[in-house]
Amino acid sequence: MKIKVTINGAAYEREVAENITLLHFLREDVGLTGTKEGCGGGECGACAVILDGRPVNSCLVLAAETDGGSVSTIEGEAKDGKLSEIQEAFARRHAVQCGYCTPGMVMSVRALIERNPRPTVAEIKEGLEGNFCRCTGYVQIIEAVLDVTGQADSKQEPTHA
Amino acid sequence: MLETSNPSSLQHVGHSPARQEAPDKLTGAAVFVSDMTLPGMLHAQVKKSPHARAKIRRIDVTRAARLPGVRAILTGEDLHYRIGLYVVDKDILAKGVVRHYGEAVAAVAADTLAVAREAADLIEVDYEVLPGVLNHMDALKAGAPLVHPDLGAYDYVKAVFSPQPGTNIANLSKCRKGDIEKGFAEAAWIVEREYTNPSVQHVPMETHVAIAQWKMGDDITIWTSAQSPFTVRDLFCSSFKLPRSKVRVIIPNVGGGFGGKAGIHLEPLVACLSRKAGGRPVKFQATREEEFSLLPCRSALTYRIKTGVLADGKIIAQKMEMFWDAGAYADYAVNVTRASGYSAAGPYEIPNAWLDAYTIYTNKPYGTAYRGFGHVEFFWGLERHMELVAQTIGMDPLEFRRKNLLRPGSLTLTGEKITAHTGDVRKCLDAVAEAIHYGELTPAEMAREARTGLKIGKGVATLHKAPAMPSFTATSVIVKMNSDGAVLVNVGLTEIGQGSTTALAQIAAERLKFPLNKVKVTVEKDTDRDPYDWQTVASKGLILTGNATILACADLLEKAYETAGQALRAQACDLDHDGEKIFVRHDPDHSVTFAQIAVGYAYPDGNAIGGPLVGVGRYIAQGLTNLNKETGQGLPALDWTYGAHGIIVEVNAMTGQYHILKIASAYDVGKAINPALVRGQCIGGMVQGLGTALCEGYVYDQQGHLLNPSFTDNKIPTSKDLPDEIECVIVETPQLDGAYGARGVGEHPMISVAPALGNAIKNAVGAELTHMPIRSEDVWRAIGHKEPVETWITKTPTGSCRSVVWGG
Repeated sequence: MKIKVTINGAAYEREVAENITLLHFLREDVGLTGTKEGCGGGECGACAVILDGRPVNSCLVLAAETDGGSVSTIEGEAKDGKLSEIQEAFARRHAVQCGYCTPGMVMSVRALIERNPRPTVAEIKEGLEGNFCRCTGYVQIIEAVLDVTGQADSKQEPTHA
Repeated sequence: MLETSNPSSLQHVGHSPARQEAPDKLTGAAVFVSDMTLPGMLHAQVKKSPHARAKIRRIDVTRAARLPGVRAILTGEDLHYRIGLYVVDKDILAKGVVRHYGEAVAAVAADTLAVAREAADLIEVDYEVLPGVLNHMDALKAGAPLVHPDLGAYDYVKAVFSPQPGTNIANLSKCRKGDIEKGFAEAAWIVEREYTNPSVQHVPMETHVAIAQWKMGDDITIWTSAQSPFTVRDLFCSSFKLPRSKVRVIIPNVGGGFGGKAGIHLEPLVACLSRKAGGRPVKFQATREEEFSLLPCRSALTYRIKTGVLADGKIIAQKMEMFWDAGAYADYAVNVTRASGYSAAGPYEIPNAWLDAYTIYTNKPYGTAYRGFGHVEFFWGLERHMELVAQTIGMDPLEFRRKNLLRPGSLTLTGEKITAHTGDVRKCLDAVAEAIHYGELTPAEMAREARTGLKIGKGVATLHKAPAMPSFTATSVIVKMNSDGAVLVNVGLTEIGQGSTTALAQIAAERLKFPLNKVKVTVEKDTDRDPYDWQTVASKGLILTGNATILACADLLEKAYETAGQALRAQACDLDHDGEKIFVRHDPDHSVTFAQIAVGYAYPDGNAIGGPLVGVGRYIAQGLTNLNKETGQGLPALDWTYGAHGIIVEVNAMTGQYHILKIASAYDVGKAINPALVRGQCIGGMVQGLGTALCEGYVYDQQGHLLNPSFTDNKIPTSKDLPDEIECVIVETPQLDGAYGARGVGEHPMISVAPALGNAIKNAVGAELTHMPIRSEDVWRAIGHKEPVETWITKTPTGSCRSVVWGG
């Protein structure tokens, strides 16, 4: 079937199979491989994108469902050759390690702070619960969210004994 | 090779710049193998065994072969190569027999993934199901089926390992120190107990994936999500009897490794499919389910410890027996057995020690390296046991630990003498004890208990680990100066998230006295272009590659000074430099820029000298020996990183539900090259350790089918599982042969989280836990479980354990 969808502000008109997921449509048809596949079952959040303002696991959405809609992926996060404030905060706060969960995590943070500009730590944990990260232990990601929402204390470093 | 500098003069080391590759990873630009598509690329799928042990009577590929778009099909009978790191025991595809649930028996390469999937479904396998060996303790019994009847015919690393043909024992490592029987005779108390933990999955967010192209003339290129490019290349070449120059291994960004991608896994299979398909590149990526059973896991362990203690609380003797469940193939498990064997007593001084550590084949998915390399598993038992021993003899567990800790002059299990520079475990332990107000409840905690009706308990646990690696582990680094005077650093060490790229850039910038933005460490690895490194494992990268980086920078500067000396008509000994130029120390205006000499210096008349500046550094582990096979004595450890955790837990004594209020961790890292990266390792590893402690583990049915190969049934910690408070403490006792004094801390944060939690729960509600993970129902059961003390206290000062007052 033919779909019309806006991805990161650009219009796409594509022929898609009825059973192709948004994830595979983005990665294989459109060539945007920033969105990752971690489980294919909607459990890990590596494939999170924003569809019509809502965060979704793109492995659980059919490309056909996005017809007429608007999708934001990690490739649209930086603007005019500059990292977004979220991305800057992630870099500054060491919220990235292997980087595989990072695109989905950034999109979930984007969705979170757009609906809640000053989330508490509990709300951040709730908001990112669906995004697995096996490297960071989440703490520096939470600190990055506090930072980008203007709630961070000084840069966190370990204490010395 | 410590670069001694006044810490206050360090410009880069000890600071926390952002990681170099962060922008790539944050914008989706970073390419992982899973993102790659090559021209003409085919997609592979495998047919997997639904049985734990079965004879393959017949494989029929006729229907699969007829499917349009199928380009290659392979079964075990087509492939005559065996692979193995230390014991060469694994066929690329099962031959004649399957040895574990999920094992690959056939593989397909097709134009699309959908066709490959359909073709794999159409392959028909006729099995004769055989009784499997599903429990590693049963596997040792006389008459147990043999997982590898041909064990005696396999090649293995003879200097280090001891397979026992005719049994299911892939390796037996021993350690004998002092006189164990004399020690037990002198002991006032003897306490013995068994501790267990299941297999677990690493869960890298990027599952294993490889692309291979087997071109004309056996020219092979492999792109793989792996930790160790040179090990993939060298093991591949050994199996296929190819020259190293024929095989090129490329590793771009890696979506997590944790040991699971340390060795060689999917690469031989995809390469064989490519050859069969006439040289078209073939890609295979494991599904999340396949990651659990086709790819390896962490071995289960049964650990028996018998400890003899003098009346004053000093340990006099300890007998240790480790039974490691290797699963169907030996892979890294034999070396996990060796390394955890020589570390098995923890950071404690044991004058008389006896250890046997077995690696046992079973019909289950096989074990491999996993962050901590055996130490997460055995420290569970060891640090629960130390708690039990202390409480048995009526001594505070913290005091008991302090009394028995290694100190300068102590001898380890293998006879290595500890020095003042080895690291300070006491300082780590004291730091976490202080951070959790060990041994008391604060007024706020007492008020909380009164308010909630829940019990608060506190526990500590120590840890140590040395890199587990061959005695001759080596690495090399090349520093190349670009024509603008900035440098590019090539290392074989792989960036798998640990931050080595950034830390090495800081080390190079420090040694060169360059600004950090003039140093780039490449992320992508290529065995044809990068200098050799053994593996990215063992928390050894910082010390070995760090040193080689320092040496490569020194070499580059020496060459730069030589050219500059000629250009300036000055002696090298009178020169100095900054980030821009080399100058005459007593006449600083007399200078030449690095850019002027980077690729050779040209005099005004056009005459030229020098040439491109390239520095080479190489470093090899110093002074290590193989261990004596009978006594385990020798020098296996390049360095020891010590640490400790302290946990405050709140437990519901009625239900066993618990919640971690605080965890404090301390590590003696020698020197934190980048404190924020160290903190990232500390917290990330600790949370991964919490996964092991709280909930993770393989569950099988009685036929050996894995029941929970998914995130639905095998949870890993999410952001909502974090303790309320997390504190990281760094201790810095410089490692004399470490780069700027640093030692590794990649694996250590995961070790001993579980026993610290177990000890805290015990101290809260008396639940005596001997198995991890610790689920709420386990705590509930343990609270209600009253075991006669004579089952574990086998000697007391008065002769009978009946005299012991056991609070429970």
